[in-house]
Formats: sequence, structure tokens, C-alpha cells
Amino acid sequence: MQKTLFEKIWDNHAVIDNTLVENAHDTNGPSLIYIDRHLIHEVTSPQAFASLKQTGRKVRRPGLTIATADHNVSTENRSLPIVDQVSKRQLETLSNNCKEFGITIFDMSNPDQGIVHVIGPELGFTLPGTTIVCGDSHTSTHGAFGALAFGIGTSEVEHVLATQCIWMYKPKSFLIDVQGSLRKPHAISAKDIILHIIHKIGTNGGSGTVIEYKGKVISALSMEQRMTICNMSIEGGARAGLIAPDETTFKYLRGRRYSPKESELDRLIEFWKSNLKSDLNAKFDRVETIEIDRLAPQVTWGTNPSMVVDVTDSVPSPEEFADGDENKMKLAIRALEYMNLEAGTPITDLHVDRVFIGSCTNSRLEDLIEASMVVKGRKVSTKVRAMIVPGSQKVKLEAEKLGLDRIFKDSGFEWRESGCSMCLGMNPDILSPGERCASTSNRNFEGRQGAGGRTHLVSPIMAAACAIEGHFVDVRDWL
Amino acid sequence: MEPFRDVKSKLIPLDMINVDTDQIIPKQFLKLIQKSGYADFLFYDWRFDHSGNPKKGFFLNDPKYNERQVLLTRDNFGCGSSREHAVWALFDYGIRVVIASSFADIFYNNCFKKGLLPIYLSEDEIEYLFNVVNEKDPTVEINLPKQTVSLSEKEINFDIDSTRKKMLVEGIDEINFTLHFNDQILNYEKSSKIAEYNKYLI
Ligand code: SF4
Repeated sequence: MQKTLFEKIWDNHAVIDNTLVENAHDTNGPSLIYIDRHLIHEVTSPQAFASLKQTGRKVRRPGLTIATADHNVSTENRSLPIVDQVSKRQLETLSNNCKEFGITIFDMSNPDQGIVHVIGPELGFTLPGTTIVCGDSHTSTHGAFGALAFGIGTSEVEHVLATQCIWMYKPKSFLIDVQGSLRKPHAISAKDIILHIIHKIGTNGGSGTVIEYKGKVISALSMEQRMTICNMSIEGGARAGLIAPDETTFKYLRGRRYSPKESELDRLIEFWKSNLKSDLNAKFDRVETIEIDRLAPQVTWGTNPSMVVDVTDSVPSPEEFADGDENKMKLAIRALEYMNLEAGTPITDLHVDRVFIGSCTNSRLEDLIEASMVVKGRKVSTKVRAMIVPGSQKVKLEAEKLGLDRIFKDSGFEWRESGCSMCLGMNPDILSPGERCASTSNRNFEGRQGAGGRTHLVSPIMAAACAIEGHFVDVRDWL
Repeated sequence: MEPFRDVKSKLIPLDMINVDTDQIIPKQFLKLIQKSGYADFLFYDWRFDHSGNPKKGFFLNDPKYNERQVLLTRDNFGCGSSREHAVWALFDYGIRVVIASSFADIFYNNCFKKGLLPIYLSEDEIEYLFNVVNEKDPTVEINLPKQTVSLSEKEINFDIDSTRKKMLVEGIDEINFTLHFNDQILNYEKSSKIAEYNKYLI
């Protein structure tokens, strides 16, 4: 039978397919899926461990879970004591739990600390063909390696710790074929592609599915760019994003801490090459083709990630956005009010107070290199506070080796320690009410970056250019 | 988990699509390390102004809606972050059922871990419910074994798959349930299926 990549990984991990013992006729029931890789962090794991302790259960395979502290860590000087006592307690709880249950942790003092979805791949923990879960919706990031990776809730974190499995209803398969080629490959990035896709399919367009991305454009992307695409699959409502592994993937894996050793890896690569791709005539439940030939830099104007326009456009009117749908109309009116925007205003007229370059969507070395290209030799607008938060300590170190920190600091950016930071503002990095921010993160929900804060999602290059000019600009003119 | 009991309550209308978990419980309340005590933080930024005073006009600040157990809303409820705290907050506040035309996958899944019942109905049925709430504000009865939402003049059937239903009705502890399959898990771990992937970390 012809199978999709997703089906192959699924079949290979189904401990029990579609059944409940007393209910074996129920083919719509959940399957028990084995989990190869589990990532945990301080925010969604404490209750899972507490409950394990309460019930006297053990962690089944401690070696298959790794932990990091990322969501609420301070991005300021790490040698200073943590001021926020509640955050401190959460971080200590994670460390203690890991110690007690024998789980490896990359905590704030560790040179490999970073955002969970940045360090997984960086450490070679993320491998093709595996199943990967984390109590965080952006686990979809790891799908860039051809892994089935998805976010779970805290009860499922506990379930995975105790059983190394989860019950899962088989998602449907959705193929997105990205066609065309990028005219200005530096000015238009993976972030613009995925924002455009979400705009096209809507915030629940991928609901109940695993999206596989393919096409020449996708094959040409680097691993870091592929991660940006898969990362935001969840913003299109999908459970996971997936890209078949190829030479780019295999090359990335070599020499990483948890990657298999050379000879073993070569053998595995042969196996992956022949097994980890959708068969030619495999049937997907849904197929869409997305054209990106004329793609302009994308900017969100509203309070969900499908509210996207070209930088050369204007803020749409609720009528334009809603297209006759009354509920969408209400949503757009509310979004415009929250964002304090008037329909018809050119996007390039929007002035920002803050710029945030970071998050598991766009905080990797390439993102910082791209941003530095437009920053170099220029100064951040006096009206803007701009901040770079590398995704991991390793990204930070490598960037510093390339001198990027100097470029950013010289132009007036703050150069921070790694963590989630202003992507969700659980640490002190937040917007004040009413502040407008160009952000490379993934969610522009009301209050996401701080109560009353107004977020516009953009690529790192756009964010950098915005910091210089103080308002949105068409970066294609710069590069 | 407590078994799900039938619910008789008036509805709380939240007439909006795409309500995300950042709204249901904002991030500043995710720093706790326990599973309960989230009721006061439900819809916090919609409920209170920047100085912490209740905002007039928001339903949770209207005594009329106190004690109600069923939330009525629209498309894509619970989208965004995977935080199970969103379910805990709704549950702690006293909500036992959420009726919507669709739910985000992770949120839907999380509901069943706490004993909150998510019911999806057609857009027309949702529209009908919004209309009757506005007109008569009736009490509805939710019966999980029968899979019905009943009003005096109408009974609406809802879908739920049999496994999830059983979990809720019986209040089954999922981990205990899974551990019944320990032999299968062990067999899987010994099988060749696993060999290609994760023998590197044990
Ligand atoms: S950077 Fe943002 S989206 Fe990514 S894991 Fe952290 S909080 Fe979640």
C-alpha cells in the first residue's frame, strides 16, 4: 500500500492500533503510540511530577526525556540571583524533579540551555522518523526533521513519563505543496512563507491534521528555515508539521551530542532515505498548493496569526477581512480596536515602540545573521527599544564568535541571554499596555506579550529594519 | 478523575470565535506548581482592568452568571498554547461543559483529563442556542450517557467517541488504564520497530 510519511511513522510507533480491549470493534478509537523523545520545561511539568509522586509511579525510560529551563527564565545577567520568587520556585521544582527521577536537565547554568525547541535539534536529540512530544504546542518545530512531533498537555506529560506512550486519535494528512521561487531570497524568508500559508488556510485550516510541506521551495530551505515553517503549523491549527528528511537534514545531524556516531549514522541515513518519504501515489486527506512567486514581506495586523497582509498593503477593513462571515466581522472589529488601528492605514505608516527578535520561531543563528545584515552600520531609531534574545546559549556563543553581538549592540539593540522571553512574557520582558511591537515570535493574541500590548508578527529581517526606521518598511528595497 | 455527572444549568454565552488559551488563562498565572486554584484567573485580562478592578460588562463580573456550569461559544475554542491550565481554570471556576462549533485539538484532548465535557455542535445548532439564551435564558440539561443537550422544546444530540465517553462517565485514571497494556509496551520495546530510532538513549 502507498503510504504518506506520517502514516509510516505512525505505523512504526503504534503499540496498539485503534483499539480498546473491550471495544475492539471501535476503529475510531485512540491508538497507543510509543514516544521516542520527550522534552520538558518548568511550566507544564511540575503538576505531572507531583502527580507521579502522589501515585508512587516511576519514570519508565528516564533516558528518553530531557529538560530545560526556558519559559520564565530571566534574559538578563545569569550571575545575578533570580528576583521573581514564584519563577524561582518553578525552576527549582524542575531541577529537583529531574534529580529525583534521573532526567538530564539543561538548566540556567548549563552552556546548552535554551528554548526547548531550539536545543532539541541543536543537541541532535531530534532525529528523523521519531515521535517527539513536549508540553508545548510549538513542538511541531521538530517536524522539520521528518519526525512526528506535537504538543501535549500536562496530564499527557505525566502519562508519557509513566508509560512512554500516549493515546492518540489518528490525525488526517494534509499536503501543502509550496510552488514558485523566492525572488528576493534574503528579503523574503521562511517566516513570510508560513505567515502567508496561515493567511490562506486560516487558524483552524489544519485542524485535526498533520501537515506535510513539500515542493522545490521547501527542499531549498535550510534546516533552520524548515523549523520556522513547521513551528507555526500549530498557528494553522494543525497537530504537527512535517518535512521529509534529505541531505540537508542528514548533514545537520552529524557530530551532535545525541546524534548516532558516524558509522551508525551512515547506516541509519540509508534506512531513512528509503523509508522516510511519502510514497509517490500516497493518498492525502487534503492537498493545497500555495504560490509564493510574488510573495512580499508579510506583517500581521490583528490578534490572530491569520490576520496577515503584505507590507505594501494597508490595514484591511472588517468587511474585507470577513468576506461576508458575521463572526469574522466581529473578530476583525475587535482586533482593530485592540490594535488601535484604522482600516486603510498603510502598513508602512505604523510606528512601533518595541522590537523583539527571538522565540522558537526565529532565534537561531541564521535568523540573527539575516537580521544583522540590515542592522550593520545603522542605528536603532531613538523611539524604539529593540531586543535580541538568542534561542540558546549555543546560538548566543556562535553569534558572538561571528561578532554579531557587536553589530547589534553598536546599533542600539539589547543583547540578551537565551529563553522564551517576550514571546510570551512570563519573565520581566513584557510590553506595557498600548505598546506596539514588531516581533519575530508566533502569536499575536491579545495580551500575549503583556496585557494591552500590540504585536505584529514579522520575519527577523523585517523586525530589524523596523527597529532602524521606527516603522514597517518594505525590506526588499534594502537588499 | 471524578466521573462526569449530568449537568443542569443555564448557559454562559461567549459569542466569539477563536478564543485562545492565552485569554482563558494569561501567562502570568502559569507559574504555580499545583493543578488547582486557578478560578480567580479565568479570563483575567478580559475580566479585570490594568489595576485589577473588575471590568463592567464582562460576563464573569455579572452575578447573573455565577454558578452557571455550561459555557456556550463558537468556532476554534481553546486554540493556541497547549497549557492545560486553561482547562483547570474553567473547571475550578465551576464550568463542567463547553459547547462550541469546534475546538482546537490539544484543548479538546486536555478537557478529558480533568473531566470537563467539550461538546461540538453544528453552526446552526450553536446559532439556535445563542438565540434562545438571548430570548429566554433557559436551563439546559446535559446527559452524557444519552449524548443529549435538552431544552424544554428541543433535544439536540451530540457526538463523542466511545472511548472518551467511557473515560468521562467512569472517571477512569488513564495511566492505570494504560498500564494494563504493559506487556504490549514491553513487546514493542523489544521489537525491531524501535531499533532504528532510539537505542542511543536508554
Ligand atoms: S519561544 Fe514562545 S512559543 Fe516557543 S516555546 Fe517559548 S513560549 Fe513557546
